[in-house]
Amino acid sequence: MSEKTKHSEPLLRISKRDGLIWWKSWLVRAAAVALALVLCSVIIILITGYNPVQVYSAMIRGSFGTARKFWIMLQNLAMLLCISLAVTPAFKMRFWNIGAEGQVLVGGLATAAVMFYVGDRLPTALMIVIMLAASLAAGIIWAMIPAFFKAKWNTNETLFTLMMNYVATQLVSFFIMIWVPSGSSVMGIINQNSRAGWLPELFGQKYLLNIIIVAVITVAMFIYLKYSKQGYEISVVGESENTAKYIGINVKRVILRTMGLSGALCGVAGFLLVAGTNHTITTTTAGGMGFTAIMVSWLGKFNAGIMVVTSFIIVFLQRGAGEIATKFNLNQSVADILTGIILFFIIGCEFFVNYKINLRKSQKEGK
Amino acid sequence: MISTIASFINAAIIQGIPLLYGATGEIITEKSGNLNLGIPGIMYIGGISGIVGGYIYEYYTPEPVAALCILIPLLSSLLASALMALIYSFLTITLRANQNVTGLALTTFGVGVGNFLGGSLQSFFGKSGSISLLTTGNYFKTALPFADDLGDFGKVFFSYGFLAYLAVIIAIAAGFILNKTRVGLNLRAVGESPATADAAGINVTRYKYVATCVGGAVAGLGGLYFVMDYIAGAWTNDGFGDRGWLAIAIVIFALWKPNLAIPCSFIFGGLYIICTYIPGLSSAAKELIKMLPYLVTIVVLIVISARKRRENQPPAHLGLPYFREER
Repeated sequence: MSEKTKHSEPLLRISKRDGLIWWKSWLVRAAAVALALVLCSVIIILITGYNPVQVYSAMIRGSFGTARKFWIMLQNLAMLLCISLAVTPAFKMRFWNIGAEGQVLVGGLATAAVMFYVGDRLPTALMIVIMLAASLAAGIIWAMIPAFFKAKWNTNETLFTLMMNYVATQLVSFFIMIWVPSGSSVMGIINQNSRAGWLPELFGQKYLLNIIIVAVITVAMFIYLKYSKQGYEISVVGESENTAKYIGINVKRVILRTMGLSGALCGVAGFLLVAGTNHTITTTTAGGMGFTAIMVSWLGKFNAGIMVVTSFIIVFLQRGAGEIATKFNLNQSVADILTGIILFFIIGCEFFVNYKINLRKSQKEGK
Repeated sequence: MISTIASFINAAIIQGIPLLYGATGEIITEKSGNLNLGIPGIMYIGGISGIVGGYIYEYYTPEPVAALCILIPLLSSLLASALMALIYSFLTITLRANQNVTGLALTTFGVGVGNFLGGSLQSFFGKSGSISLLTTGNYFKTALPFADDLGDFGKVFFSYGFLAYLAVIIAIAAGFILNKTRVGLNLRAVGESPATADAAGINVTRYKYVATCVGGAVAGLGGLYFVMDYIAGAWTNDGFGDRGWLAIAIVIFALWKPNLAIPCSFIFGGLYIICTYIPGLSSAAKELIKMLPYLVTIVVLIVISARKRRENQPPAHLGLPYFREER
């Protein structure tokens, strides 16, 4: 080769991997979590001065310390997983539904409204059916509004669903103000004495029914996305809208249907949170889980099975950090900081799973 | 009546300033194609780092000097917010992570750090009670001396601390740079079509990094204004509320134009507090009025997408990653 065509190759070159063997990619992710935990413990030790073994054992006690803590952890896990499953079909379609928070809230609001207005006048079974139907409808409507405009005019769904969250929040405060006569902004437990509309306790466990329902939804969602025709259509639309159009998929219908499903599941989550867990509604009933769910779903690669693991990691961290905060007399926000740090690491490590960095090879003559 | 209107406008502007910083910062960021949903977290960080800077300075200095009282919080706020934006840039641009997920994680982190430090700073220094930096706060609040002499006119135009005027200046400057300079043209090209910009020899990565970090720093000042000027050097956990998201709403409402963001921020600031100025409202109706900014934003979003006027659209490549190797 002549001197003229000689190019200087950059020191680092990035190329896409064809696909890493599963255990290698999980090794990368495990390493990222481990690194994040090391960084977190350094931070905790700097703040508290305790040794890391103490801190981590406190963290484990947050989820597994007592039977009650274990059940609370399972309940939180179930709710986060439910919302994550709800946003997953939409994400797989590359529809950025960051409005799960609002969809869960209106679902919960619908359940609370039925509980508040009907009281104990109907038999429990009928009441629960009505509540569930109301929540489903509310969630579907809240999700379908942005989906409709996305399908019609390609309106930016990220910003639209984001705004819908705050409309939902204000709607909840509005109804609380109407329902609570004293002008207090706290709803209190609905139907405390009659327990009308409360989900039944199974085997004396308050949260067991919620957990079972979410487990069923998890399996169903896994099958739906992986083996059904509709699931296949979702992944085609997500990969390439043009391909979908070419092979005769009605893209608009898929968008509307999938967002409807997404909203319906969020409605179910709202129903479970109000009827099964809290028996009341506040503006923080969804508690940021709508946003956390987005990260859970994305980190779980839109795979319902892996999402069980990712949501467990997040809930475990939050419960653990809460425990640390109580034990070492810290502010509860430690949980958010630790979650944030670990998320950064997990988000960042995907790069090393998907791409490979090539160092410049030493220059040799006669290439 | 006139003085009521004057005090309403005054309050609307005060509420609007943090939103304006956030919106200007997010516009600069979005023009590079990065949809930074971490702005609410960055604004918390901008506030708390100013508090921490000012706190440490006041703690170790018996007689704080005015210039340093302002400079130290200002610089620590700018630096910390830019650092947050740098985390976002590194993850999304260099490590090619998903923008929405990264932004939301950044917000979780930022709000957590803000509330944690705000809640525990006093106990770190062996004190109890809540943070109060009256000296620093007063320097930040210092208005033009003749504001009081001009009555309502002075109240509407001259009664704010310097950060309020800086917000307007930065917004105008951002509008000028974006629309009238070569740098702005290049930046807009990066946000519209990075592949074209790349082919034209523009360093896409550098533009994205710089725009995101500058945008983050500007947004952080909104948090600083809130803690130093609006609540005079104090901190309440979650006190900043959802203003960060409101700032993102303004970006849409202002059609991605910094100049338009100025009046829009004041309108949103007005909507934020208008319920206290309407007599005879029930508390339930107040909650409905607070919904207005978001509803208005949704309507704007729908209208611009339906009308498809090219100059009113979001940057074409907003939220999408750009890798030169993948075409």
